[in-house]
Order: sequence, then structure tokens, then C-alpha cells
Amino acid sequence: MNAYSVDHSHDDLHDHGPPPGLMRWVTTTNHKDIGTLYLWFSLIMFFIGGFMALIIRTELFQPGLQIVDPHFFNQMTTMHALVMIFGVVMPAFVGLANWMLPMMVGAPDMALPRMNNWSFWILPFGFAMMLSTLFMEGGGPASGWTIYPPLVLQTGDALPFLIFSIHILGVSSIMGAINIVATIMNMRAPGMTYMKMPLFVWTWFITAYLLIAVMPVLAGAVTMLLTDKFFGTSFFDAAGGGDPVMFQHIFWFFGHPEVYILILPAFGIVSEIIPTFSRKKLFGYSSMVYATASIAFLSFIVWAHHMFTVGMPLAGEIFFMFTTMLIAVPTGVKVFNWVSTMWRGAMTFETPMLFAIGFVIMFTIGGFSGLMLAMTPIDFQYHDTYFVVAHFHYVLVPGAIFAIIAAVYYWLPKWTGNMYDEKLGKAHFWLSTIFVNILFFPMHFVGLAGMPRRIPDYAVQFTDFNQIATIGAFGFGFAQILLLVVAIKCIRGGAKATNEVWEGAHGLEWSVASPAPYHTFSPQPVVK
Amino acid sequence: MSEAIQDKYFVPEAAKWPLVGSISLTILFCGFASYLNGSLLGPTMMVIGFILFVIMLFGWFGQVVNESEAGTYRKWEDMSFRMGMCWFIFSEVMFFAAFFGALYYAREFSVPWLLGDGDGLPTHNLLWPGYTEVWPTNGPDDLGGSDYHMGWWPLPFINTVILLTSGLTVTWAHHAIKVDNRKQFVYGLFLTVLLGFIFVFLQGYEYVYAYDQGMKLSSGIYGSTFFMLTGFHGLHVTLGAIILLVMLVRAMLGHFSGHRHFAFEAAAWYWHFVDVVWLGLFIFVYIL
Amino acid sequence: MNTLHRTKSGLFGLLAYMTTSSTWADWELNLTQGVTDISRDVYDMHMFVLWICVWIGVVVFGAMTYSMIKHRKSKGSVPAKFSHSTLAEVIWTVIPFGILVTMAVPAANTLVRMEDTSDSEVTVKITGHQWKWEYEYLDSGVRIISSLDPDSRQAAALNSGIDPNTVDNYLLEVDNPLVLPVDKKIRFVLTASDVLHAWWVPEFAIKKDAIPGFINDMWTKIDEEGIYRGQCAELCGRDHGFMPIVVHATSESEYEDWIQAQLASAEAEAQSADREWVMDELMERGEGVYGTYCVACHQPNGQGIEGVFPSLVGTDMVLNDLDGHIDVILNGVEGTSMQAFSTTLNDADIAAVVTYERNAWGNDTGDVVQPATIKDMRVQ
Ligand code: HEA
Ligand code: HEA
Ligand code: HEC
Ligand code: CUA
Ligand SMILES: [Cu+2]
Repeated sequence: MNAYSVDHSHDDLHDHGPPPGLMRWVTTTNHKDIGTLYLWFSLIMFFIGGFMALIIRTELFQPGLQIVDPHFFNQMTTMHALVMIFGVVMPAFVGLANWMLPMMVGAPDMALPRMNNWSFWILPFGFAMMLSTLFMEGGGPASGWTIYPPLVLQTGDALPFLIFSIHILGVSSIMGAINIVATIMNMRAPGMTYMKMPLFVWTWFITAYLLIAVMPVLAGAVTMLLTDKFFGTSFFDAAGGGDPVMFQHIFWFFGHPEVYILILPAFGIVSEIIPTFSRKKLFGYSSMVYATASIAFLSFIVWAHHMFTVGMPLAGEIFFMFTTMLIAVPTGVKVFNWVSTMWRGAMTFETPMLFAIGFVIMFTIGGFSGLMLAMTPIDFQYHDTYFVVAHFHYVLVPGAIFAIIAAVYYWLPKWTGNMYDEKLGKAHFWLSTIFVNILFFPMHFVGLAGMPRRIPDYAVQFTDFNQIATIGAFGFGFAQILLLVVAIKCIRGGAKATNEVWEGAHGLEWSVASPAPYHTFSPQPVVK
Repeated sequence: MSEAIQDKYFVPEAAKWPLVGSISLTILFCGFASYLNGSLLGPTMMVIGFILFVIMLFGWFGQVVNESEAGTYRKWEDMSFRMGMCWFIFSEVMFFAAFFGALYYAREFSVPWLLGDGDGLPTHNLLWPGYTEVWPTNGPDDLGGSDYHMGWWPLPFINTVILLTSGLTVTWAHHAIKVDNRKQFVYGLFLTVLLGFIFVFLQGYEYVYAYDQGMKLSSGIYGSTFFMLTGFHGLHVTLGAIILLVMLVRAMLGHFSGHRHFAFEAAAWYWHFVDVVWLGLFIFVYIL
Repeated sequence: MNTLHRTKSGLFGLLAYMTTSSTWADWELNLTQGVTDISRDVYDMHMFVLWICVWIGVVVFGAMTYSMIKHRKSKGSVPAKFSHSTLAEVIWTVIPFGILVTMAVPAANTLVRMEDTSDSEVTVKITGHQWKWEYEYLDSGVRIISSLDPDSRQAAALNSGIDPNTVDNYLLEVDNPLVLPVDKKIRFVLTASDVLHAWWVPEFAIKKDAIPGFINDMWTKIDEEGIYRGQCAELCGRDHGFMPIVVHATSESEYEDWIQAQLASAEAEAQSADREWVMDELMERGEGVYGTYCVACHQPNGQGIEGVFPSLVGTDMVLNDLDGHIDVILNGVEGTSMQAFSTTLNDADIAAVVTYERNAWGNDTGDVVQPATIKDMRVQ
């Protein structure tokens, strides 16, 4: 062990609890506090984004326009996606990383605690800016979350606010990611070698690189939109020698890695939970690591599968088709490893395990439809229909969201020191699973039958399945209130949790008290 | 072994500057956005936001400098800062990559396609008959009226020499501080800063010249890529020079020592980064 | 009641889908087989991939389910000790890879065929506008504009009170369908005037983006006569959901007749532009033009939509500024969705719509604008 010669004049500071009052949360540099802030923020945004989704689904309950103008509908589609991606899934993962990474690698805190505070606190400001556009002249952005020009350039006063809020969210993500990389590389306890790190740490490590690599590209893309609109450049205007499709290339160079940013930490979470409740070591640890890295690598060379219909040269279409299909191989390795971990284990099915299993099954279904979309000639039929909507909601909702929920149940006792209400948790799982399928499965059918996405009104033959989906949406939405109830109940009290919490749990985070002390480790742990 | 971990790694207690940072950035950006939308309040907000932002920088970095000078940071913290800076620079590289990508795409794809290339599509015949310009071009609609080509000789070449030299002087300064030679350190830094500002001045001169030739930001895709790439680079040089200037002041105040000068090193890395970006610009924007 | 019934039949449909395979043919559930060689190819490939996924799913989920039933603690299962197996891992890397190859090869072949637009016999230029399609037969010069059928538009207004189920082909009907001959290789060249659109008819299995300033192309060869419907498939603004596509595929001789008829009426149209028009004529024609080109934004009552599309009722421009009014229509407003109509509309159309706007909805300026005036404005 490496001992630095230090003199310390701040002895009396340790093991302080946090300072009391509201300012504690505003000025905190503690990774647990910041993790908590991220998680609450994300839950609130989930309800906001979900509320928007319910407006969408209500309008789509019947053909004809009943409640909103098409322009407002498009704003809802756009905002729903932006909120869910940048305001829910990403902050939730960063929150989990904040809470768990330092504990999992045996670190005193995140590497750059002040910057950590800023990464979080700039988020609410960014979102306040973004959401405020809904009340501006001409309404919020209505061009889809992909903000393609030239359409997005028709946005009213909202446009510069949208662009700057994306800049701010980008700054937040980049700072968060840098912090995570620095923490993992620099803060591991003695003996915690890379190949001993828990998979959640590994997947976040790789995700953080993706973030650092692609968020600036998004910032560049929206900057070009800004100058095209206000400063006379012509990046995306053929009259000046530019090309609207160029935006799509730049956007998806960000956008595709982005969708893996939304799923890799989920892979990590599931790889923690399944071994615990199978009471068996994770099968194929090192191949899990390599598979994650391969997925991340491939994610940089598949972006144009979102743009098969823009009229790329044939060679380009074939290249992007093949590389995209390749991603099925490492992802398959992960799925098979999870199944093998369960195989001949001694499983119990507490709520986290249920959500993890739900994740594996439904993510795989979403992966299958992704593979179908990857095949260029058939994608010409699927593209921009509800089949795509079904695909990405399967990977995002019973995918990313389920994994986040699983993680919350899994670590909640460690955070609060109390066990959550298992009955309510199980009810939450079953309601969620049933309704999420009622919500998204029919979208495959209407998509195949020819219903385009991003439309507020549809031809009458699509009515049935849209109605089913809407019913599912309300069911799923209201089931999520249970999550809030469980969380609050658990914070308030409940059966005391042991340090280990789960019978099969391994890892540093289970070696400390529940609730985890404000400053986790003292002395520094050593991993053998 | 039994030493408390909090004694080995400095975890600051409470941070108030990030909040000021968030507020200032929000005011700044909202002001800019309002200004773009034609609101009269915009510029005022921008000024307020900017001032707050600068205050935040002074406050935050001031605190860090004080802690650093008080010996709060040791090797472990130092390593975190180094990584933070490395990956920050990497993210900047990716930001520039977006614009280099745009340049590449425009030259290799969109302009040739507008000229009728690619799958034998009749874009040219049907939409832009008579368009014949290859690079540099301001597009089939002759936007901005001029696509004057900014050659690499003489100004950009001189600028290249200046920046490369400043890379050397900053390295000289680095070597000097490593052996605690403060005098050379200050000289090296001073020269670097000076060269940096000369570069920015010459770049400004080139812009004036370009505008005289009618080549503007709005001169089609050539003007767009030229000014955005060189403009963002110039901005980064200015920033880098200001950071180095702060280092110079600190050096003169007696900060830094042979084994503890991370802030300076970070500034030097940053400087090398703008250097490398310039080489990319010189090759891809000016020469090719 | 109606809704309840539909929900029930929907659930029933789901059940039927799961139990019988004959429902696969029902195009409310699955991809259409379409009416071209390519579309059938695409359909077969879709089914092939789908079944592969289903089978992999059966194996993977089957193994999981078995394990969940057998290997639970409550059944007294004792955890095994294994934690990796190189052989197994190689197998489940290589086999999926092999499966992917069997999918990729035919896909690439079909793709090559789809992208080959050479040797076409008919060429149609498609231009997407917010929110209508313009078709130009490049061989004969015939040009038509195709926008949403008025019945659908009426029913689609917010709270119109009209039940969409009572409208024929709700949202999938247009005023002027595209007429195409069967058994001929037809090449489409696509572009757009304002924002991105995408032209898609599922039965032909072709979809491609229409991009302002660029030309894309694709082709089809229709096997059966009939009416085929599709929709714009790229978000293009407020009425993206309201710009359908209808194709009448007819025999070659019918197609030729249709082209001749179009040419004749275009000729008559050109003649009429030079003469003097009277108010009533202009108003009638103007109403028609307005209904096709302008109504989507400025609304049937001319009031527009607050904050998005300006009202044309009682505004300064419409009441007092004739030149400005004509100018806006000819040249559009840069950076907004108000596009330039100088190429889409002829002199008579513009004269008529200006006259209409200046006299409808209580504007009552009494202005009568002649096509000749527009012609002069164009020259400037
Ligand atoms: C969490 C997010 C996430 C994830 C993980 C994925 C995963 C994948 N996605 Fe998805 N995708 C999105 C989010 C995501 N996607 C979003 C948001 C969009 C829409 C964006 C927009 O337009 O708004 C989209 C759109 C999208 C498209 C564009 C569709 C279109 O617009 O026309 C395509 C096309 O190729 C695609 C493909 C894939 C593929 C091949 C995978 C693969 O990674 C899946 C791999 C997994 C499996 C295949 C299952 C498990 C594997 C096995 C069991 C092994 C054996 C299997 C075989 C050999 C078949 N996705
Ligand atoms: C992580 C990402 C994520 C998540 C979690 C979701 C979740 C949901 N999504 Fe979304 N969605 C996207 C990402 C996501 N989506 C993206 C990227 C798009 C593409 C956008 C584009 O085209 O540009 C999209 C588009 C999209 C569409 C297509 C819109 C269109 O094409 O026009 C639809 C339609 O049904 C939809 C529905 C839903 C529903 C019902 C949920 C549900 O799962 C939501 C459930 C949650 C709740 C319902 C909240 C629960 C709270 C309450 C019930 C309390 C109620 C609160 C109050 C009354 C204050 N989404
Ligand atoms: C795609 C939407 C759209 C369509 C279709 C459209 N307009 Fe417009 N129109 C607009 C918008 C948006 C503006 C506001 C432009 C601005 O901001 O100045 C506008 C402005 C106008 C104005 C100026 C109003 C004023 O007082 O400044 C007139 C006149 C007009 N349109 C007439 C027409 C006519 C005639 C047609 C059909 C031939 C038409 N528009 C079709 C969107 C549209
Ligand atoms: Cu045109 Cu969508
Ligand atoms: Cu993708």
C-alpha cells in the first residue's frame, strides 16, 4: 500500500455528517448526496416526460383530432423524447454511478467533487430553459428529437433556447463522464485491478468514454444549426453547397453511440443483479467486458443505419448494414452469459431480480426488432413507422428503465438502511410488465401495417391497436406511482437492512453498513 | 493501513461556485438567445451573465489556487486533475472533429453531388444547371457573392511558424520550472503569451482581408467551414493565451515549484492542443 | 359503444394472430406482400428474419424459463461452481455470426437490385412541399399537384365532430392521384422545396427521402392494376400526417389517354391566362387554389393558427399592400414555412388566390387582380 506523507490540519472534519438545511443539497460535494439529487431529478423528469407521452397516447386513442393541435402534438413528441433521454435515463445512470462507483471501487468519493456538484446543478437550469420553450411564441421545438434541418429552422423563438439548453446538457454530461473516468482510473482501492472491477463499473467506464467522445459532436451539430439560422452559414443548405443530410450524419454519429450510452450501464446493472439472486458467479466475466467494449467500438461505425432512406451510395448502405448486424454478436454473448449465470444457480425472485429478468427478455425482443431494422432493404419498409417506435421503446422502457428500476430496488436498502416493501415491489413489477407489453407490442403491428410515426392522426384501420396501446400507456404510467410510494415508504422506515442485504451479494458496497455512512470508507479497503 | 481515507484524498466540504456558474451560464445563454430573437433585453443579460461567469471563474479557481498553494493537494489529487484535463481536451478534439467532418463531407460528398456526381443522379441537370464550381465554392446560388480562396501563403504560413514556435517556448518554460529556474520560466511563458496574441492579431487581420475580398461567413459552404473552423480555433487560442497569461502572473507571484506546477502543465497541454488543431487547419483548410 | 367493440375486436385480433398463421396475410398486422417483384422479395426476407428471431427467442427464453423453474432455491437447487467455458463462448459467437451471414447475403443482393434505376421507361419527378406532393412526368411534361382530399381535411380538423369512420379512405385519399402504367419500369426522381419529406407506398416497398436541393432516385415496376396508398414518411411539420400518396396503376393505354387529357387541359389553361378575368371567375378559382395550397396553414377561415401561421383577415398587407401581398406569394418568406409559389402556381392561379384573399372572410377590398399583373411582377 502506498502511503503518502501528509500533514493534515483538517482532522476535525472527518465523519462529519452533512451540514443541515437546504444549502446542504445545493453546495454538496458528497457523491451520495449528488447521487440522490440525480435520482430524484430523474424521477421527476420521468413523470413530466411520461405526462407528455400520455398526451400523445390520448390523442392517438381515436382517429380524428380530439385534444391537441398537430403542431402541439409534434412539440410533445419532441419534448417527450428529449426529456426521457437527457432528463431521465442519462441522469438516472449518472446518479447510480455517483452513488455506487466510489463504493464499488473502494474510493473516498468521486475524483472531482466540486465539478461533480456542477454536473448536477447545471441540469435543472438546462431543463428549465428547454421546457420553457413550450410557452414561447411559436411553441417549443416540434421537429422530433432528431432536430433535422431544414424543418427545425422553422422553429420560432424556441430555437436558440433549445440549442443552448442542449449545450448546457452536454456540458453536464461531459463533466459527469470525465469525473467517472477519473474516479475509475485513479480512485480504485489497492488491489482493485481493472479485471476485478464489478461489471457496473466496467460498463460505466466504457459509457463515459462514449459520452466524452460524442457529446461534443452533438454540440458541434447544434452550433451549426444556430449559425445556419442566425449567422448566414450554409452547412445544411444546398444553395450554398451544404447538405441537410450532412446534419443527419453528424447527429447520428452522436445519436447511435448515444443509444448505447442509454443501455450499457443497464447491462452492468443486470450483470450485478443476476449473479446475486442466482447465488452464482457471473458467467464469462471477461467476455462480458470484451463484449461491452466491442459494442462501444462498433457503435461508432454504424450510425447511418438511421438514414438508409436518405439516398446514400450503395456501398455505404451495405457497409452500414453489415456493421450494424455485427452488433448482434457481442450483444448475444451478453444475453447468453446472463442465461448461463442463471443456469444451475439457486435463484430467488425478489423484485430486483424480477426486473432484471424482465429486462433480459424484453430487451432481447427489442434487439431482435433492431436486427430486422438493420437489414437495409426491409428497413425501407419499416423506417419511420411505428415498428421503429416499438423497437426503441422495447430497448428503452423495459430495457433501460427496467434496469434503472431494478437497480433502485437492489440498492435502496443500502441507501436507506431499510428494506423496501417486497409485496408492493412485486406488484409494481407485474403491473409494469403486463402493461408495458400492452403498450408497446401492438406498435409492431400498426407499424408493419403502415402507420408512420410522428403523426397525430391516422387512418381508421389502425384504430384497434392504437387503443390497446393507449390503455397500456395509462396502465403502465399509473403503475409507476408505485415506485414513488415504495421509495418514500422505504426512506421513512421498514425492516432494518443488514450490511450484506442480499444473501448472494458480493462486492465492496455490501461490506459497509446499511445505510452507507456519509463517508463510506475509513480506513481504505484493500482488495485481495 | 489504518489511516483514514479522508486524510489521503481531499474532498472539499461545500462548494458554492458551481451554483454561481449555473446561474451565470443560464443568464448568459438566455440573454444570447433573446438577443437572437430580437429582444432588447438580450445584450444586457449577456453582459450580466458574462460578468457573473468571470466572477465565478475567479472565485472558483482562486479557491483552488489557494488550496494548491497551501499544499492541500498531493499526488493522488494531482492525478485526478491530470485525468480531468486530458479527457477535457479529448472532448474538445471531438468538438473540432464535428467541424472537420463537415468540411470533409461538404468537399467529398455534397459539392460533388450538386455537380452531378454519385449514382449518376441528375441533381445537377434538374436543380442546378450551370453550376460548375469545384472547391472552393459558395454554392450553386452564389451565396455571399464571393468564394475568394484563402491561400496558405503568406499569412497562414507565418501563423503556423508563430504557433509552432510558441509550442517550443512553452516547452522551454516547462523545462525551466522543472529545475526551478524561475527566470527562464517567466521568460518562456511571456514569449508564449506574446506569440499567442500576435497569432490572434494576425488572424484578425486575415479576417478583415477576407471580408474586403467579399469572402464572409455567409459565403456558402466555403465561407461557413472556413470561418467556423478558424473562428473556433481562434477562440481557443485566445482562451489558451489568457490562461497562460494567468500562469505568467502566478509565476511572477512566485507560485509553482519544480515538483508542483500542474496548473501550468494543464495550460501547456491545452496550448499544444490548439497547436495541433492549427496544423490540421493549415493542411485541410488552407493547403488542400 | 363503438370504441368498446373495436377494443374487443382488437384483442381478438391479437389472439388470432398468436394462434393461426393465416392471419399473417392480413395486412392490418403484418407487412404487405405488395404488388412488385421487389416488394415480394422484401416481404419474404422480412418473414425469414422474423422467424429466425422467433426461433432464437424460443431457444433463449426457453432455456431461461427452464432454468427459472428448475434452478430455484425453493426447489433446493444448489448453485453450481462453473463461471466460464471457452467452448460454449466460442460456439455462441460463431453460430450467431453464421446466422447473420445467411441473412446478410440475400439482403445485399436485393439491395443491389433495388438501387439499379437504369433502363427505366417512365420518369416521374416528385417534389415534396409542405404539405402536398407535386408530380411531373418528365417524358411528357404533365404536372399535377396532389394534396389531401377535402373530406378528410374537414373531418381531421380539431373537434370537427365528423366521425372519421364515415369518411372513405380517411387520410389516405387525395384530390389528384398519381397515374402510372403497370408493367413498366418507372423511375422516380425526388426532391423537395422546403423541408425533408419521404415518399412511400408500402405495396411497392420503396421509400426515399425528398431532400431540398438534391435529387434522389428509386424505381418500381407494378404488376397489378389497382389503387395503392401511402403517406409521407419523414416529419415535415404540422401537417406531416396529412400528406398522403395515392397511385392509380392502370393499363398502358389508359395511362396514355390520361396523359393526353392532362396535356389538353394544360393547353387550355395556358390560353386563359392572357385574357381579362372577372371577379366571380377569380373568386371561384381562387377558392379552389386556396383550398389546395394555402388552407393547410392559413386555415379555411383565413385566420391561420396563432403563433404559427399568420391570419390573413383584416391585416395591413391584405387590405392595403397589393404588391407586398403578391410578392409574398411569389417569393415566400425566407426562413419560415411560407414558401415561394412562383413555380408551383401559374399567373392565373396567383391572381385568383390574391383576389380571393382580398375579398373573402370579410376583407372585401373589392380588388380584382389580373393574371397579366402577376406576369409583370414576375418579370421584375
Ligand atoms: C437503448 C437503446 C437502443 C439499443 C440498445 C438499440 C439496439 C439496436 N438497434 Fe436501435 N434504436 C434506438 C435505440 C436503441 N437501439 C432508438 C432510440 C432508435 C430510433 C431513433 C429515432 O429515429 O428516433 C433506434 C433505431 C434503430 C434503427 C433505425 C430504424 C429506422 O429509423 O429505420 C436501426 C436500424 O438498423 C436500429 C438497430 C439496432 C440494432 C441492430 C441494435 C442492436 O444493438 C440489438 C442487438 C441485440 C440483439 C440482436 C438481441 C440479443 C442477441 C441475441 C440473443 C444473439 C443472437 C441473435 C441473432 C444472431 C439474431 N435501431
Ligand atoms: C428513455 C426513453 C423513453 C421512454 C422511457 C419513453 C416512454 C414512453 N413513450 Fe416514448 N419516445 C422516446 C423515448 C422514450 N419513451 C423517443 C426517443 C421517441 C421518439 C421521439 C421522436 O419521434 O422524435 C418517443 C416517441 C414516443 C411515441 C411516438 C410519438 C410519435 O411518433 O408521434 C409514443 C407514442 O405512443 C411514445 C409513448 C411512450 C409512452 C406511453 C411511454 C411510457 O413508458 C411512459 C410511462 C410513464 C408515465 C406515463 C409517467 C407516469 C406518471 C404518472 C402516471 C403521473 C401522471 C402525472 C401527472 C398527471 C402530473 N413515445
Ligand atoms: C406551409 C405553410 C404555408 C402555406 C402552405 C402557405 N403559407 Fe402563407 N404564410 C405561412 C407563414 C408561416 C407565414 C408567415 C411568414 C412570416 O413570418 O412573415 C405566411 C405568410 C403569408 C402572407 C403574409 C401575411 C402577412 O400579413 O404578412 C400571405 C399573404 C400568405 N402567407 C399567403 C399565402 C397563400 C396565398 C398561400 C397559398 C398559395 C400560402 N400563404 C400558403 C405559411 C404558409
Ligand atoms: Cu411531408 Cu411528412
Ligand atoms: Cu442506431
